[in-house]
Amino acid sequence: MQKHLLAAGLLTIAMPALAETPVLTVLTYDSFTTEWGPGPAIETAFEATCACDLRFVPAGDGAALLARVQLEGAASDADLVLGLDTSLTAAASATQLFAPHGKTPKTDLPVDFADPNFLPFDWGWFAFVHDKTKLPEPPKSFEALAASDVTIVIQDPRSSTPGLGLLLWVKAAYGDRAPEIWQGLADNIVTVTPGWSEAYGLFLEGEADMVLSYTTSPAYHLIAEGDDTKAAALFDEGHYMQIEVAGKLASSDQPDLADQFLDFMLTDAFQSVIPQTNWMYPVITPAAGLPEGFDAFRPAKSLLLSPAEAQAVRDAALAEWQAALAR
Amino acid sequence: MASRARPLSLIAPALAALLLALVLAPLAAVGWRGAGMSLGPADWAAVRFSVTQALLSAAISTLLAIPVARALARRRFPGRSLLVTLMGAPFLLPAVVAVLGLLAVFGRSGLLNQALVAMGLPPISIYGLHGVVLAHVFLNLPLATRMILHGWLSIPSERIRLAQSLGFGPSETFRHLEWPMLREVLPGVALVILVICLTSFAVVLTLGGGPAATTIELAIYQAVRFEFDLGRAAGLAGVQLAVGVIAVLAAWTLTRPAGFGAGLDRGLPLSAPTGWRRWGDGMALTTSALFLALPLAAVLWRGLPGLTDLPASVLPAAARSVAVALASALLATTAALTLALAAARHGSPLMEGAATLPLATSGLVLGTGLFLLIQPFAPPMSLALPVTILVNTALSLPYLYRILLPEARALQADYGRLADSLALHGWSRLRWLVLPRLARPLGFGAGIAAALSMGDLGVIALFAGERQATLPLVVSQLTGAYRMEAAASAALILVTLSFVLFWACDAGGRRAAA
Amino acid sequence: MLQLDRLTLRQAAFRLTADWSARPGSRIAVMGPSGAGKSTLLAAIAGFLAPAAGRILWQGSDLSDVPPGARPVTILFQDQNLFPHLTVAQNLGLGLRPDLRLTPADHARIDEALARIGLAGLGPRRPAQLSGGQASRAALARALLRARPILLLDEPFAALGPALRGEMLDLVRTVADETGALVLMVTHDPRDALALGGDTAFVANGVVQAPVETRALLSDPPEDLQDYLGRT
Repeated sequence: MQKHLLAAGLLTIAMPALAETPVLTVLTYDSFTTEWGPGPAIETAFEATCACDLRFVPAGDGAALLARVQLEGAASDADLVLGLDTSLTAAASATQLFAPHGKTPKTDLPVDFADPNFLPFDWGWFAFVHDKTKLPEPPKSFEALAASDVTIVIQDPRSSTPGLGLLLWVKAAYGDRAPEIWQGLADNIVTVTPGWSEAYGLFLEGEADMVLSYTTSPAYHLIAEGDDTKAAALFDEGHYMQIEVAGKLASSDQPDLADQFLDFMLTDAFQSVIPQTNWMYPVITPAAGLPEGFDAFRPAKSLLLSPAEAQAVRDAALAEWQAALAR
Repeated sequence: MASRARPLSLIAPALAALLLALVLAPLAAVGWRGAGMSLGPADWAAVRFSVTQALLSAAISTLLAIPVARALARRRFPGRSLLVTLMGAPFLLPAVVAVLGLLAVFGRSGLLNQALVAMGLPPISIYGLHGVVLAHVFLNLPLATRMILHGWLSIPSERIRLAQSLGFGPSETFRHLEWPMLREVLPGVALVILVICLTSFAVVLTLGGGPAATTIELAIYQAVRFEFDLGRAAGLAGVQLAVGVIAVLAAWTLTRPAGFGAGLDRGLPLSAPTGWRRWGDGMALTTSALFLALPLAAVLWRGLPGLTDLPASVLPAAARSVAVALASALLATTAALTLALAAARHGSPLMEGAATLPLATSGLVLGTGLFLLIQPFAPPMSLALPVTILVNTALSLPYLYRILLPEARALQADYGRLADSLALHGWSRLRWLVLPRLARPLGFGAGIAAALSMGDLGVIALFAGERQATLPLVVSQLTGAYRMEAAASAALILVTLSFVLFWACDAGGRRAAA
Repeated sequence: MLQLDRLTLRQAAFRLTADWSARPGSRIAVMGPSGAGKSTLLAAIAGFLAPAAGRILWQGSDLSDVPPGARPVTILFQDQNLFPHLTVAQNLGLGLRPDLRLTPADHARIDEALARIGLAGLGPRRPAQLSGGQASRAALARALLRARPILLLDEPFAALGPALRGEMLDLVRTVADETGALVLMVTHDPRDALALGGDTAFVANGVVQAPVETRALLSDPPEDLQDYLGRT
């Protein structure tokens, strides 16, 4: 163990740029590039086919990605951006920093999704995760949740993508009744955390009965920890989706290589890595099928606002949310 | 003598100007990229809540620290020096780690509620303004205690002996010795705590209980990340800075030099009154020790199981963090000493501001601004570690300055003329007068700077390239990937390393002063 | 020659003037009521207070821009003449080399000075381990080592008893004889002025009067000095 750590440390220091080979730079969120994330395996697989050097550049979390792209503007060294979600793609397209991909891939997404600038690479359903041993009968809808005394931890839509997802979920499911739902939920909410990891940490510490996460979260505990006590509560009104996408920057100096990566992204070599590293659904089901636990919690109904709708309703939904919860 | 230009008298204003530039230039860069600023009612609500919780946190931390510091100053008991060292631990915890530690004690299924339920009492909830203040007191009470304890130890024994010979009881001692010392020390202590709580983000949100508990920093996050409204971000950061300026001016007005004069370093402890005061001191010490130790024990307990199964990236990240911490601590100590010595000669609100305001800057705006400033000249990623060192230096300098200033003032008042008359300047003055007489606060301050630079995420998240992650970033990446157990262990390593750095500097300073 | 050339000193509303000169090697007691400005005068000569008008000259050159440590001056304050964290020998060493890079010859000189002043063998001690008289002696020993042509004494022996004070004045004379220094000594007590020998500059009503031979001055004091001495 000690030796491995040391070797990794030395390797880190002794990794100067490999000259001569073309470099493809992909801006993505932090957790994609970590040693336990999808990055390393995908890098190896793509570099085996492209005769290039693939570099992932981490830029904070998902929400920070778009800000980073805008900060860098046309001067960016990056060729691709990977990890935006559909609540941000309208704003991303509006920057005019992205180039159309010109592809019409066939995916296994449960909804129709087509965007001229962005291609999906994974997706998930938001869901409230609970511990079956402590909460055997979870509520089956937002209304049932509001009527119960089940406690939840959620994320702030102003700083976190799941938080924003929940906001759009309630809006997509209830429309004008959303403020009423939020008022009902107010006394169930233990606290609103800045990001996913704080909320999930509080839930694991027993601070709340349920936490806003993904339907695939229990699969992590099952596969990585051999723990089958976690479950996702299925809601009758359907579950909002998060689709994560990648897009090519117009300022890229490797447009062909970028196209090649986008094609690679929808092959089995990329897609089969996703489930057990990013803990999300791949957009094309791998040849070997999905890992154990990924089929355990499949909502009957999927909800998703189009990027334009999501952009349009966000500010009003946020104001409703704040008004309903500000006690 | 007043107007002669010594090298020091030029360096210090230059340094102050540099610090102010570091605070203001990124703000200006962000504001310039944005189109005009407009703050809505929600923003002002965030400002109100930020200021309220910061005022409460600062006032309560400072007031509670007084009895604890006094008990530590006048009692001798086994484990005293351990407790003093332990006082260094909480404020160097990463916010999320501290929150989880507190929840183990005060949370829904924490020790306190288990005890309450066992006694048939209703459980209490930690979420809300009181929880935010509780966490800030947990993080800052030890710092306040240590700073006030320094004040107590700096009352010359000659003055204590005089008091004892005049038959002063505890209340006279308080009035004539302790209160003047507190008048000098407390405003500065409250100031740093207020300013640091003003920019607190994760703690406030996690324990705040809902959107009503919103800080300026969260509004800045929203503006930069979801709306890319840099004008609004700069406006909010400007408001945050303005509140900091007001706090600096208020503390400047409230501070009164104690003017005890010099002593001969004869060790003479304060008299330790008996009776109910003895019990009071015991209570203060026991309560504070438990309040600090229980959450720390929880952090330790949570971190132990995962230690054997840590990802490989933890070790290089830890090495990078230690290097960053040592470099930042060295720079911050040098800079803060320069500023404090200059301010002890000729204090000015400008100097105070330059040495305090880095704390009031928004981390996100600072990072974003530096990014915008650096980008035209070099890829920001290539400068990740230097920028992190620079930012950590600026962010830990205010603590150091606050710790050094009262003692630098006393040094100047007591020995400034003698040193001048003996031509004790430059290196000789540093070697033979300043370093030996300020060893204790310098060691303590350097320890704090090192520990804070270990724990602080700073701006690394925005700059870090593929292979430049520091340990706090690895912790946050682990928590973001379900790996809570590994994260708790990495956090434990982070806390242990911070604590070892702090302890080494602090003990070194105390030994050098002995 | 020490020249106080139409010197005016100001501290807030307080104003003090002096316009006289003194030869090298003179011994001058500075006497006057409390608050008259005796210490202010010494602070100005030592370089801690810039003149509001006029000049202070030594051997014809203006001292205005000379920092305290570079002036031809050694000053002994009322207290705090020694750094408590340094040994007695180090405190003396500062008088030779502020960076304390002392040669064996320097150490020999320090030991000699300590012996001359009656502190033989006390070099390794810290000031807290000395009596008040011993601390004063140590400070005088440093003055001996520095051997600056002007020695300013701002009541350094005020806290000592009469016998001890007498001894100290003897030592001051010894130091002054050896270094040939001009001595300016602040005192309240005419007996100290007589013991010092030489002249007395009387300070009152915002003026430091030119020094006059002490014995003559005291035998026929002017009216304001009579008031101060309390004689009829």
